[in-house]
Amino acid sequence: MTSIRLALHEFRFSQKIFWRNPGSVFFTVLLPVLFLVIFGTIFGNDPIDTLGGIPTTTYYVPAIVTLAVVSATMVSLAVNLTTAREAGLLKRGRGTPQPSWVFIAGRVGNAVVVSALMVVVVTLVGKLLYGAPVPWRHAPEIALTLVIGAASFCCLGVALTAIIPSREAAPAITNVITLPLYFLSGVFIPENEIPDGVLAFAGLFPVRNFFEAFFTAYGSDTTGFSVEWLSLLAVAAWGLAGLVLAVRFFRWTPKP
Amino acid sequence: MPEPVISIEGLHKSYGDVEAVRGVDLRVEAGEIFAVVGPNGAGKTTTLEILEGYLDRDAGRVEVLGTDPAEPTRAWRERIGIVLQETALETLLSVRESLELYAGYYSAPRPVDEVIDLVGLAGEANRRAGRLSGGQKRRLDVGLALVGDPDLLFLDEPTTGFDPSARRQAWQMVAGLRDLGKTVLLTTHYMEEAQFLADRVAVINHGVVVADDTPERLGDRGNLPTRISFQVPSGGPSPEEAGIEGITIEPGSHDEILKATFESSSPTADLARLTSWAVEAGIELESLEARRPTLEDVYLDLTNR
Repeated sequence: MTSIRLALHEFRFSQKIFWRNPGSVFFTVLLPVLFLVIFGTIFGNDPIDTLGGIPTTTYYVPAIVTLAVVSATMVSLAVNLTTAREAGLLKRGRGTPQPSWVFIAGRVGNAVVVSALMVVVVTLVGKLLYGAPVPWRHAPEIALTLVIGAASFCCLGVALTAIIPSREAAPAITNVITLPLYFLSGVFIPENEIPDGVLAFAGLFPVRNFFEAFFTAYGSDTTGFSVEWLSLLAVAAWGLAGLVLAVRFFRWTPKP
Repeated sequence: MPEPVISIEGLHKSYGDVEAVRGVDLRVEAGEIFAVVGPNGAGKTTTLEILEGYLDRDAGRVEVLGTDPAEPTRAWRERIGIVLQETALETLLSVRESLELYAGYYSAPRPVDEVIDLVGLAGEANRRAGRLSGGQKRRLDVGLALVGDPDLLFLDEPTTGFDPSARRQAWQMVAGLRDLGKTVLLTTHYMEEAQFLADRVAVINHGVVVADDTPERLGDRGNLPTRISFQVPSGGPSPEEAGIEGITIEPGSHDEILKATFESSSPTADLARLTSWAVEAGIELESLEARRPTLEDVYLDLTNR
């Protein structure tokens, strides 16, 4: 119980810091919504025949949800933890009686809560602007995908800090990793425009798998419990690898 | 004899081939303000970070509040407060919020408003840490170390980069900690600071303690001669007539003036002899000064050997 109380204390302040930082609010909250509007405007709302004739905007809702969750978890954590490490905040915190894991837990909690919020926001904006259906029936599958995906991308974000040498390098390195994957995985461009070989290659990485899992979970034509287990398993495997690397290589202090 | 708050015997620490600490011995007693001084790279911060539980040592026996800092426990961390060389603050939290965040890390924190007063930030309680001046940021940093109500406080160069008035304020604050019964171990580059604050001073050079005493006695300071200097008009009676041994006379800042200096182990008698001579000869001893060696004189002597 004490552990939960400590983690909640840290989480409360992580939330304050997150919402006061114009950079994190813009890139994590506003930019995904902006992307949904831009893609909806550029690519119009024609049905995608190869995907059972769903409207393009309906396609983009799970795509942008994927981007928003990756951004709120992996990208935010990598940038935030690197900044805290380089500023000496983690080192300073480790000099207190607080168990070290709490400093990570508070930030992970923040990432998960913002992710959940973004799922709701992107889904609602899709509904309001484009009439994309809200898949109420599939809420359990969406929640399951969100939980496994958010946890996995949090682990990857913590692991990434090990290869980010400085605060300045953090946005560049995370962008170099995520932007190509968004393009190759059908997050930015509808997948019927992407060659099969490219999609197969993207399928080796967690972003594509996470998107496939969300796409299936959002699928309005399915009844019953529809989960893309293989994709979710691939995401979880990446997350586990991230966890192992994070435990092994995470640093609390700047390199001397 | 009561247990010391900090005891170090034969401490060694190397970084690769570089021996940063080469056999440091120190004892800090409860309620002391203890200053560690020494040139950059002398091993001060390394020693401090070993005491704080951040760095592992290579050899030696170390105890801080009865615990080996290489195996820090939560209960032990409750009793120490740390201010690192670099100020680290969440810039987006206010002074009060920053202290509330850290207060949550301790089981019996000192009330936040009390800490705000203690570090003199009552006027900025709701200002964000990122908008404070350098001196105010450092004082908030000290506040974060104090909010757990520790018995022992580590301050690594607490006033580096301060303007003189901010430094005075910081000194008042640290001196106030003595009244609270805290033990303070601080490092500094300012001998005035050590002189003003410290009960005892240790000089570290090349990884070893070269002197460890009260500021008044450090490096045999109490027995060093007093340096007396004055000026007289040139062409008048020569100070050599005063009958003082070892007096040197050189040209002063301009032609009409001679500058005389001597070192005296019995300054009272020598000054009496000098002034009676001057009164009889009817000359004024301009810029008369009797100066005891400062801590800085002793420090420079100890670290330049």
